[in-house]
Amino acid sequence: MNYLIAFLVGGAICALAQLLIDVLKLQPAQVMVLFVAAGAVLSGIGAYERLIEFAQAGALIPVSGFGHSIARGALMEAERIGFLGLFTGAFEFTGGGIAVAVLLAAAIAVIASPKA
Amino acid sequence: MPNPSKRKHNANEQAKYQRIASAHVPKPPLARNLVTAFAVGGIICAVGQGVLNYFVSSGMTFDEAIAPTLCVMIALSALLTATSIYHHIGEFAGAGAAIPITGFANTIVAAAMDFKREGYILGMGAKMFIIAGPVIVYGVVSGVIVSAIRWLSR
Repeated sequence: MNYLIAFLVGGAICALAQLLIDVLKLQPAQVMVLFVAAGAVLSGIGAYERLIEFAQAGALIPVSGFGHSIARGALMEAERIGFLGLFTGAFEFTGGGIAVAVLLAAAIAVIASPKA
Repeated sequence: MPNPSKRKHNANEQAKYQRIASAHVPKPPLARNLVTAFAVGGIICAVGQGVLNYFVSSGMTFDEAIAPTLCVMIALSALLTATSIYHHIGEFAGAGAAIPITGFANTIVAAAMDFKREGYILGMGAKMFIIAGPVIVYGVVSGVIVSAIRWLSR
């Protein structure tokens, strides 16, 4: 059941992004930035947390979930250790993913070349 | 002096031409784009749900399972990018491939591969984040500010 909800909510978020690209003629990179910021702001008012409770991966996997994860990590650490936690917590949930991406990107770039 | 009946005839012909031509102009692909973005984005999220379920069922809490799930999805995306499969998914699905975290990882790996020709330091190293960089920048700026406001006003 949670597969179906993840599919529907994740798909809806992606369709909304596609609508912005086609109607407002935005670049995908601009929409990614818009969504990451929107996820963080929605996280700040507690709305994104409720969406994740409902849709789990459907809300976590889109890049808006990335923004939420940054905000959530910062808030969590701030509540735990105080002011500095805002900074040490920013990559609490997302840092691992960035590390994997950098490591694999470097390894793949050394081994493989892009197809012409 | 132009013959009025001939002009009318011409106008009729033109209207007819317009009707025929407009039937053959390709429809704006908006509906198709929305459907493919929805379907592919949804499938990627469902795969993510499977990975998340696996980590939760192996004994992690939901919160603990978030970071490993993102790592696995990013690793899958890196492999699909290296084999240029993700490029084809992206051409087919647009935002359905760009908006999930796999699209974010795809931009990093693809940029690393593309800019290798400009050297390992100023090419691959510097330009790996040419698209993903802004996402991290605005994610951190908005995320930390929002959390600071919420933390201060608790």
